[in-house]
Amino acid sequence: MNFSVVVSQFWPLLINGLALGFIYVLISLGYTMVYGVLRLINFANSEIFMVGTFATVIVSRNFFGFNQDTDPLSGFKLFFAMGACLVASMLVSGVTAVIVELVAYRRLRAKGTNRLASLISAIGVSIILQEGVRILTHSVPMSNPRLLRKFSVVTFGDVGIRVDTLLVIVFAAVLFFSVDRFVNKTLLGKAIRAVSMSEETSKLMGINLNRVISATFLIGGSMTGAAAFLYETVYENTKYNVGFSIGLAAFTAAVLGGIGNLRGAFYGGLSLGLLEQFAAAILGTQWKAVTVFLVLVMVLLFKPNGLFGEAVQQTRV
Amino acid sequence: MINIRDKGAELWETWNRPKRITFVLVLIGLVGLLPYAGDFSFTSILNTPISSYQAVLVYPVGMFVLMALGLNIVVGKSGLLDLGYVAFFAIGAYTAAILGTKTHLNIWEILPIGMGLAMISGVLLGLPTLRLRGDYLAIVTLGFGEIVRIVAVNNRSTGGPNGIANVPNPPSIFGVRFALDNMKGFFWIIFVMILLVIWMVRRLSIRRPGRAWEAIRQDEDVAMLMGVPILRYKIWSFSIGAAIGGAAGVIFASKSMYVAPDMFTFNTSVLILSCVVFGGMGNIWGVVLGGTILAYLPERIRFINNARQLVFGLALVVIMNVRPDGLLPRKKREKITKVSAKPEGDSNV
Repeated sequence: MNFSVVVSQFWPLLINGLALGFIYVLISLGYTMVYGVLRLINFANSEIFMVGTFATVIVSRNFFGFNQDTDPLSGFKLFFAMGACLVASMLVSGVTAVIVELVAYRRLRAKGTNRLASLISAIGVSIILQEGVRILTHSVPMSNPRLLRKFSVVTFGDVGIRVDTLLVIVFAAVLFFSVDRFVNKTLLGKAIRAVSMSEETSKLMGINLNRVISATFLIGGSMTGAAAFLYETVYENTKYNVGFSIGLAAFTAAVLGGIGNLRGAFYGGLSLGLLEQFAAAILGTQWKAVTVFLVLVMVLLFKPNGLFGEAVQQTRV
Repeated sequence: MINIRDKGAELWETWNRPKRITFVLVLIGLVGLLPYAGDFSFTSILNTPISSYQAVLVYPVGMFVLMALGLNIVVGKSGLLDLGYVAFFAIGAYTAAILGTKTHLNIWEILPIGMGLAMISGVLLGLPTLRLRGDYLAIVTLGFGEIVRIVAVNNRSTGGPNGIANVPNPPSIFGVRFALDNMKGFFWIIFVMILLVIWMVRRLSIRRPGRAWEAIRQDEDVAMLMGVPILRYKIWSFSIGAAIGGAAGVIFASKSMYVAPDMFTFNTSVLILSCVVFGGMGNIWGVVLGGTILAYLPERIRFINNARQLVFGLALVVIMNVRPDGLLPRKKREKITKVSAKPEGDSNV
């Protein structure tokens, strides 16, 4: 127990918590959008994140030839290299998500079977992805070259806020609000919302169900990919099992905000990020996950649909 | 698709009582002889290439079948998605490890204590959380599984990340010795436990709790309107499942003589759940089959060492796509077909 940390390091904790929270927000979009349309937990999303981190690393290393000794870039070159990494990561993750849907969900959905069968087949796909990458990388962690010079923008006492933290916050916020606009304003977004309200009725209204579901996976997956890029910019390291714990946290964030609800994912992700940072500072890093889950249980006890949840229809196994 | 379940049931119906008893006894005998199968020429195909065959029969296979049967009560019978089942396994194992090393109790005395503790923790977890529905219950149980593991890592009395070593083997009963070099004993004790659980589940299924679970699984609101005390039966199902997990944990700790937190990860919970769904939720024989295959397959194909888990994942995807209800699914409308087939004598068995 160390409460003085909260006072002395309030601003750094807040900013770092927000940055972590925004990464969670983007990943939990992959869970919450899929849950919205299919009412299924997309268990493979953590591996989609993992694939995205590897796409970032591989593009910056193998396509641009950067390595650990490369000096940080500047000017147009920086924009170009980071943009290419971002696009690659979003594309690879988005396409992987669409393939996951084709392999794990589509056939089962056509048969109209129980939800657990889809859950297990998604678990199977995530085992395949994880093991495939593990074999390809020989279980060796890969590090991302540092493209962005990490200088402190502002300093509080002896702790500085680095530029990559700010980049994560700004960029993720922009992405989130564009997805939010997209879902709320465009025709495809309308279709997605219609499917999440009632699959049957939207089919009767002439919505191509398979196309909408694929689009949902593509958007959710590419947001997860963007999160993977931002994660690599800050933490610069990845391994075949990087997705597990961060995916779990993002899923918790989605539930905390009310799963199936975009804005809920936003608030859930941010509160989870802040909670993790402050809990780690006060109680020590090892109790971080316990605090998070205890808070989650408390929230679900008093607000069973999450903090901002719509009334999720009764779901059964 | 061949319907083994219905063919088997038809055959079973035509048999008389002595025939059934003989069949069951022969089956029990054959399974009991499984540890010796590795020594004979024509059954030695069962041998696992790298790990010891008799040890494989105990640890993944027997344990997974036992735990899958326990989880089947929670997931298959009453329809509660539990993603943290390994927590009860861990509680049982740590009870055995702590009491076995710190006190003079032997494993047979610890077994009921471990089951009781797992059951109590099931009730404590169930009381607040079983009011939640569907996926929220899933995430809370998942969190509980992680909390148990994290507490085990960070607590001094559980030995931290190193775990606890020198857990005693159980003393021998009926002349059967239990030791690391004699895995047959452990196999038999787990087999007996599996038979007891199967017997218990079959008895419960046709009586009030089983009917209540079935009603809750099919439609919770309707069940509540019909006067089924939902929360009470959910907690019963949860705690019976927990007790079985705890029992498996006690035997596991004394079998491997060592407990460490990384034995109780989320992956184990997922694997046990896979056994239940893969074999056929709600159907005991399906669950037994699923547990056997999913536990045995990765050990049997260990020679392709590196790609073993890959093949496992592939098998999950393929089988779930081909048979979404599992290998041996439960009957869809058991009662109705039975009544219409035999209108006068509904034996209700």
